Amino acid sequence: MNAESTSESTKSQVEITSMTEFPMGEDRLADTDSARAEVVFKATNLSVFYGTFQAVRDINMGIYAREITAFIGPSGCGKTTLLRSFNRMNDLIPSARVDGSLLYHGEDVYGEGVSPVIVRRKIGMVFQKPNPFPKSIYDNVAYGPRLLKWPKRDMDDVVEESLRRAALWDEVKDRLDESALGMSGGQQQRLCIARAIATKPDVLLMDEPCSALDPIATLRIEELMQELKNDYTIVIVTHNMQQAARVSDYTAFLSVDIDDESGERTGELIEMDRTDRIFTNAADPRTEGYISGRFG
Amino acid sequence: MRSNTPVTKESSRSSIVGATPAIERVFSAAFTFLVTSAVLFALSGLAVILIWAFSAGWSRVDLGLFTNAPSTARIETAGFRTAILGSLYVISGVIAIIVPIGVASALYLEEFSDRTSRFARFVDLNIQNLAGVPAIVFGILGLAFIVRGPFGLGFVAAAGSITLALLVLPTIIVASRESIRGVPRSLKEGALALGASPLKAVSTQVLPYALPGILTGAILSVARAFGEAAPLLLVGAVTFVTFNPRFWSDGYSVLPVMIYQYATRPQASFRLLAFAGVLVMLVLVMLMNSFAIWLRNHYDRPLQ
Repeated sequence: MNAESTSESTKSQVEITSMTEFPMGEDRLADTDSARAEVVFKATNLSVFYGTFQAVRDINMGIYAREITAFIGPSGCGKTTLLRSFNRMNDLIPSARVDGSLLYHGEDVYGEGVSPVIVRRKIGMVFQKPNPFPKSIYDNVAYGPRLLKWPKRDMDDVVEESLRRAALWDEVKDRLDESALGMSGGQQQRLCIARAIATKPDVLLMDEPCSALDPIATLRIEELMQELKNDYTIVIVTHNMQQAARVSDYTAFLSVDIDDESGERTGELIEMDRTDRIFTNAADPRTEGYISGRFG
Repeated sequence: MRSNTPVTKESSRSSIVGATPAIERVFSAAFTFLVTSAVLFALSGLAVILIWAFSAGWSRVDLGLFTNAPSTARIETAGFRTAILGSLYVISGVIAIIVPIGVASALYLEEFSDRTSRFARFVDLNIQNLAGVPAIVFGILGLAFIVRGPFGLGFVAAAGSITLALLVLPTIIVASRESIRGVPRSLKEGALALGASPLKAVSTQVLPYALPGILTGAILSVARAFGEAAPLLLVGAVTFVTFNPRFWSDGYSVLPVMIYQYATRPQASFRLLAFAGVLVMLVLVMLMNSFAIWLRNHYDRPLQ
């Protein structure tokens, strides 16, 4: 896999610099600001396998800098699998394998000599269920910076800045030494966001970050995402179409292809476009069908 | 019941007021009785042994029991000093061996091996098999390979340590694995997503969270090793030593074997000494367990 993807990577790198082609259909994106958008991720025929089972097939897409991209689609369509392939979290599953190429600023994420540890430092992740460490609020935020051996004397500032950016500082500034597990679910999720941005990553991957939260906490996270997109590229998986419509700039609609013989369910990208177009004028009838609630 | 609601006779009869059916009450009373008597049976067995040992041996307990060397000539002042030291040496050796090896093996099997690989499954199966091997088999193994054979350590406390360590390793490995498996995956994933190396994620998140369970496994293993006599009979603990043993040189004994030695003698005063020896063991086991429990509570996930 490595040798293959390396050669692929050099080829695609040339493509990116020499062509202004966008993987999501040039004609629809040539207008307005997106034409000059910086591509952060470029997936070319990206497939993810678990053993012999193909979870997602031939994904071609681009993720643009400082925009929010939402993945929507029915359950089991591989949204989360695709998201987790962006920071190599799928590597944790021994049988997982990736085919095709995924370029991050022109470099192959799965290329030879690429360390998943370094990849994950650049590409932060927020999980579906808030997963604060059973430590103090302070230690949670300081975990990443300490891994990077940032100087101790700056730590208080890093923690404060991260918590401020996650709109959590005012609520917790008097109890930084208390356990993070004593916070509400919404606060825990914002803490996880603060923890993820403490090391100033480039991209923030969010896997259904609001699915375990109440509507008020959800609103706060959504507002926070709008703040964060000034500095971060955000990719969010969501089950909630209204959320995708509210927060995202681009939307990718994935669906499931069920093999007639084996019954295997493989995720496919149906279409990707600016969110307003997906929701008002989708090119593929399946997208429109899903959005208007006819299936899924 | 409001009179204006149209209620049929049938539905008004299906009231929630009423007794649990008699048969169910009988069954649940019988079940409660069964489980309660099971607990009482276990506890009373333990209580009888303790009371018996105390009533039979208490008159012989004094400080000399701990500080005096064993003796067949001066029975009235004979003690267990050398056996206590021998036991402590052997147990220290066991702890030094099983904690690092046991925890490392458990970590490998749970966190670093591909659990579906044939090798991992082979190791897994055999650890469970090893846990069921009789203690005396380990004694013979110790005699053949550690006392004599390739290691050739002789009848020394170190040989006892290694033999007992092999015996109880499966216990600590299985307990540590259970504990490591109980750590939420989300913690490790959270650490990895922040750019922690697998080793760092395990050492900063998984291990601290699993530590109380690992310590419980260590307590169980050490307590078992402490009370074990059979394998040690084969690797040298039978000597009636009246001098303080040393870890690497010949001649040592341990408490259970010493108690056995006294108990097999016909004179009543030796049997009294054996009972007193049981109390000495109980005191030492309780001291060790209290320390381990203190340690566990001390590290018990400081922030919940």
